[in-house]
Amino acid sequence: MNIIYLLLGLSIVIAVLFLTAFFWANKSGQNDDLYTPSVRMLFDDEPKQPGKEQSDEDHIQT
Amino acid sequence: MKETIILSVDTQCYHCGDSLPHTPFSSGDKQFCCAGCKSVYLILSSHRLTNYYTYNAVPGATQKKTETHFDYLDEPGIAADLVDYTDDQTTVITLFIPAIHCSSCIWLLENLYKINPGISNSRIDFPKKQVSITFKNQLISLRGTAELLTSVGYEPLISLQDMVKKQQSDHSERNMVTKIAVAGFCFSNVMMLSFPEYFGFSTFEKNFQTFFNWINLALAVPVMLYSARDYFISAWTNLRNGVLNLDFPLALGIAVMFLRSAAEILSHTGSGFIDTLCSLVFFILIGKWMQHRTYHYLSFERDYRSYFPVAVTCIKEGKEQSVPLNELKTGQRILIRSNEIIPADAILLKGEAKLDFSFVTGESQPVEKVLGEVIYAGGRQLMGAIELEVVKAVSQSYLTKLWNNETFVGKKDPIQTFSHTVSKYFSIGLLLVATAAGLFWINTDINRAVASFTAVLIIACPCALALSSPFTLAAVLSVFDKNKFYLKSTAVIEELARIDTIVFDKTGTITNPAANGFQFTGTLSTPEKQLVSDLARNSGHPLSRELVKWLNLDAVYPVDEYREMVGRGISGIVNGHQLKIGSAAFLGISIVHKGSVVHVLADNHYCGYFVSEQRWRPGFKQLALKLGQDNDLHLLSGDQDHDRELLTPFFSRMQQLHFKQSPQDKLDYILALQNKGARVMMLGDGLNDAGALRQSNLGIAVTDDINNFSPGCDGILDGTAFEKLPQFIRQAKDAVKVIRMSFVISILYNMAGLFFAVQGLLSPLIAAILMPLSTVTIILFTTLAARFYAGKNNLS
Repeated sequence: MNIIYLLLGLSIVIAVLFLTAFFWANKSGQNDDLYTPSVRMLFDDEPKQPGKEQSDEDHIQT
Repeated sequence: MKETIILSVDTQCYHCGDSLPHTPFSSGDKQFCCAGCKSVYLILSSHRLTNYYTYNAVPGATQKKTETHFDYLDEPGIAADLVDYTDDQTTVITLFIPAIHCSSCIWLLENLYKINPGISNSRIDFPKKQVSITFKNQLISLRGTAELLTSVGYEPLISLQDMVKKQQSDHSERNMVTKIAVAGFCFSNVMMLSFPEYFGFSTFEKNFQTFFNWINLALAVPVMLYSARDYFISAWTNLRNGVLNLDFPLALGIAVMFLRSAAEILSHTGSGFIDTLCSLVFFILIGKWMQHRTYHYLSFERDYRSYFPVAVTCIKEGKEQSVPLNELKTGQRILIRSNEIIPADAILLKGEAKLDFSFVTGESQPVEKVLGEVIYAGGRQLMGAIELEVVKAVSQSYLTKLWNNETFVGKKDPIQTFSHTVSKYFSIGLLLVATAAGLFWINTDINRAVASFTAVLIIACPCALALSSPFTLAAVLSVFDKNKFYLKSTAVIEELARIDTIVFDKTGTITNPAANGFQFTGTLSTPEKQLVSDLARNSGHPLSRELVKWLNLDAVYPVDEYREMVGRGISGIVNGHQLKIGSAAFLGISIVHKGSVVHVLADNHYCGYFVSEQRWRPGFKQLALKLGQDNDLHLLSGDQDHDRELLTPFFSRMQQLHFKQSPQDKLDYILALQNKGARVMMLGDGLNDAGALRQSNLGIAVTDDINNFSPGCDGILDGTAFEKLPQFIRQAKDAVKVIRMSFVISILYNMAGLFFAVQGLLSPLIAAILMPLSTVTIILFTTLAARFYAGKNNLS
């Protein structure tokens, strides 16, 4: 059962690593704006052919 | 169904969605309400950015506003104050843009580099309505960047009291999150190591028990020293000032818990209460965090600096130069263009001054000033450019002095919250019970005496108590938020529940400034209406402008021999007809009518008169009746008293209607009410109410656009939610009820714990079950009860 000492030590070390990662993320401001990135990722890339852009526009119009 | 959709698109501006005027501006098949909207569309389409319109229909903001000058941004001194970072190559600036409101805004503003290659990068922070722009100095200037934003319809709001800077330097929320993270980390690990303890160790596992306890103790150290630090500091400072707040029993409980656990672990007599300690700190920190969450995009602490422009144009030896407002000195000569605000008390030297003081005094009629007269700060110039000599520095001007009134500093007591009042008695009672329990056992068993004394302090640690207020009030705050009522802090809700006197401002608060209407008495044919519209179009008088807006006709005929008698009327020849509109005296007729009346005389034939009707905000009548049942209603207006008769039915006594009130009068009136013991809520909108808003127990600014400037206050109420005011007050009262109920629940839990504690029999297991159980009960109860009452008050 002595393996528990090792496992416990390892688990805490790994948890501390994650905690440190969280500190870094928090400090660099990643938690300041939790909304905009969720919208940003939904934007389409630039349409390759201009025709597609046009059809999107028409869709709104009708 | 389909037809109605087409109809709505056809009558809407393609850019901003406003209804189209008689002859809309058009480009291709798209129609716009104004030249501004059209030009934004043209810029976007020429840069192939019309995707803007695909993410949301009508994403733009109306462009009917007048242009602002950004030339002051060319002054290196001013620019240096505003930018985040700058070197030879690039500059980074964060700007506040009130118009940001949908995903199209995000998309467009992050694609700014396509319009101007000088922009290398732009990022939006949507909740804060801020954009952070990095640009190349060689290709575009700061002023150019601001003008670029304005040209696509996103004018940045730059003011002296720079909110952006303040937010950036304020990392308190980040620190709070870090503290919660540390507490949560330690809590979860401690729980993992404490679990075997709950089920009991067999003899051969005793080694593990000691090992686990040591790790637990080690994990408790950062919780004590870092996460819970604020509680110790707060308890200590309060104690030194002779105040017993809820932080005292909390800090005491935490400290005793840690010391007793450390003693037990070090002496191998037990495993202590580390699990309870960590969970407690974790939960109370979450409660505190909920209480301090704020609206980033709203500012409640606005002062005169956010109303005035950043810089003003000075004339030095014939040259124009932008000077930052705080460097403006007496004796300097300043140039105020049309639509700019007079920043300091000054003497008129040159030009025709016609000033709109409506934001200062509430009076909608513009004021004329002659050369040599002193003009007070805060007015907006309506005519052409004027030159003035500053007689008082900005901070010494009449208006700003009123705002910064020294009597305010430290005057407004912090709101007495319910938990504050209770905690004093709670702390004393707790100490009494603990001492009594200790003394009871002291002669028979010294160990048991210490055990019971510490156990009482641990189990009665008011964790659930500390959570009931924040969770209830945070739930109510989010309900209010959804209903467009924004409060500065959770404590304001409790103050709202205590209000017994309500004071209204008139113009802009109970009347809707945007919806002015006219009623015409007499006969006026359609061609005649056209003539009136064309004549009135030439005048800058607010009544004329409203009349033109209301008639909604296009300009057809030019006006000859146009004459304007200030404050009396206008005349001219339109399409061959001699037309005179204005006051009865101006037209030479003897009809007496109260209020804002515009008589019409066409070719010496009297047609009738227009009566300007200020429209009450919808639901004002019911609101006044409902509020009048429980509260004393008062009205303070800066205006003339021609609405007195209309308003009398809403107020119980004539003496409570006051007209022609100066800002100082309003402030004094509130003070007099408070001296009589009233708890006053003031509802106002303009600068003239600023003093009264601050003096009142609860100042609410009523505004139709929450991003617009509003004076410093405790809460901002959107004009559309005005009629819900009685429901908001009801909800606040219910919230206080919920807090009281949850106090009872948490006291009951404490009693149950005390039963074991006074006997010195509190085992870690009981504490570990009882404390989280009470916490979870309180969180569930308060959140659900607050929502339940919200539904009951029709505020969901």
